[in-house]
Amino acid sequence: MTAGTGGGAVTAGTAAEGRFAVRRWSRTASVAAAGSVVAVAALAGVPYYAGTSAEQPLVTLFCLVALASLWNLMAGFAGLTSFGQQAYLGAGAYALYAAASMGLDPFAAIPLAAAAAGVLSLPVSFAVLRLSGGHFAVATWVLAEILRLAVTLAPSAGGNTGVSLPGVSGYDALLRQALTYWWALAVAVCSVAGVYALARSRFGLDARAVHSDPVAAASAGVAVGRTRRWAYCLSAFGTGAVGAVLFANTLYTQPGSVFGVQHSVAMMFMVVIGGIGTIEGPILGALVFFALQQALSGYGPWYLVLLGAAGIAITLFAPRGLWGSLAAPRGWSLFPIGHHISGTS
Amino acid sequence: MSPSERLAARETDALSIRSVGMSFGSLSVLDGVSFGVAPGETLGLVGPNGAGKTTLLDIVAGARRCDGGQVLLSGRDVTRLAADRRCRLGLARTFQVPRPFGDLTVFENALVGAVRGAGLRGRAAYDDVRGALVLTDLLAVANAPASSLRLLDRKRLELARALAMRPRVLLLDEIAGGLTDPETAALVGTVRRVRDGGTAIVWVEHVLRALTQVATRLVCLSAGRVLAEGAPGEVLADLGVRAAYFGRSVL
Repeated sequence: MTAGTGGGAVTAGTAAEGRFAVRRWSRTASVAAAGSVVAVAALAGVPYYAGTSAEQPLVTLFCLVALASLWNLMAGFAGLTSFGQQAYLGAGAYALYAAASMGLDPFAAIPLAAAAAGVLSLPVSFAVLRLSGGHFAVATWVLAEILRLAVTLAPSAGGNTGVSLPGVSGYDALLRQALTYWWALAVAVCSVAGVYALARSRFGLDARAVHSDPVAAASAGVAVGRTRRWAYCLSAFGTGAVGAVLFANTLYTQPGSVFGVQHSVAMMFMVVIGGIGTIEGPILGALVFFALQQALSGYGPWYLVLLGAAGIAITLFAPRGLWGSLAAPRGWSLFPIGHHISGTS
Repeated sequence: MSPSERLAARETDALSIRSVGMSFGSLSVLDGVSFGVAPGETLGLVGPNGAGKTTLLDIVAGARRCDGGQVLLSGRDVTRLAADRRCRLGLARTFQVPRPFGDLTVFENALVGAVRGAGLRGRAAYDDVRGALVLTDLLAVANAPASSLRLLDRKRLELARALAMRPRVLLLDEIAGGLTDPETAALVGTVRRVRDGGTAIVWVEHVLRALTQVATRLVCLSAGRVLAEGAPGEVLADLGVRAAYFGRSVL
């Protein structure tokens, strides 16, 4: 069809191209969604049939899945490569400490801790979102360091030695661990499902446009600043929930570890090796990272060397990440986010 | 038309620009530029390289701030509004050097315009995008990532994204370069159809044979000032005289 055939072209086209349709879902996606529901249901039953030894590693894995998905929301979709998400990990943990110290049930206070991290991220976003690229990454990192120092210097927050989670002594150890497990699972499921829903929504389209070209996005009517702010704050909110769950899991937190930049390195590693800007990628990346962690933890410092080597190899030979390199050429998509048009000829 | 008459802009203008000035340090890029465009009118903006045409479009679209003067959309002062706000008020533009959303498909590129620019949702947005892709002959590559397009298709995509916004004011920046004669004819037909839908168009173009088929008025910028304004024939004749005087073409 040519553009210059006048008004008739559109009408004639409509008749000839009655098949024009926009597909956003597929049979594979239905199968993947059903499979996910079954998998989550099976995982929810673990405390009943597998016990504590299975729960502990899975809590770690769930937290990694959530962190990777949340970092991907911000970096993969909205293009904000933050190096300071540990700020919200710590904010969630210390908010949980504050809430539990005031007598709230620690498990009931996890959403509050997440909200506290989200609220903290709002004023922060006004400062850091004035920057972009490397400047943004460094600013977020510096901010996390400031938070770490502030906590270190605050005796009421335990200072450098850290704090234990109050209010858990009333819980039977088995129940406490099961509750932690369910919270970790819930945070992971909500993170993945939430990011998926956002990526498919108009917000997701905005975020991807802003990521590609902010100037062109603004000229196409996208509120660039607001889109970035939502991505940043929602990511912080979820990361705060993970921080609280990790605290509930270890029962102890210390500014030196919870505010450590290694958390951001892990998030970036998982998302980049899994496949940035997809839903599947961060999940796969978290699984790979978790497996490497388990397999290599006995090698001491060599663990980090091997992890780095794996990261370099994947960025060199599969720059779109494992999932991106596997799926994109074959057109696979378990969790589709795009628009596929039929009836175009 | 005297400057004061021009300042008393027509109330009905979809776009009016009043005494817009812009300088980078001591270098004046635009100086007291004023004109208006009515709905359904096409104004051609011509002038030599460096005359300030693209800078002026940037100022109108909100990508750049001017140092002085005003930009009005349907009588509303938008001089201080951000680009996305202006877009949602009905202003669309194309970029001279195409700026596609590389990670998005061609369809999704135009969909951003339909959803945010035109405020459409669901089926209405999809149909709007389809119309824009048919007009720009891009429907066959609708599922391709925009980053995979060659230059000509990227330029078409600029137009498709702008058309999907259903603009009341459309700014076109050199969209006819590099086209064959049949392609130019098709493009002229497309621009005419958009104009006939009541859109006010400002078209910066070096390909005069395309421009003069649509534009009913020309403004010639030179060194940041309006050198001539009027019917295309008059302006081009006027320019011919000046070229003869100054011994060089101003175009």
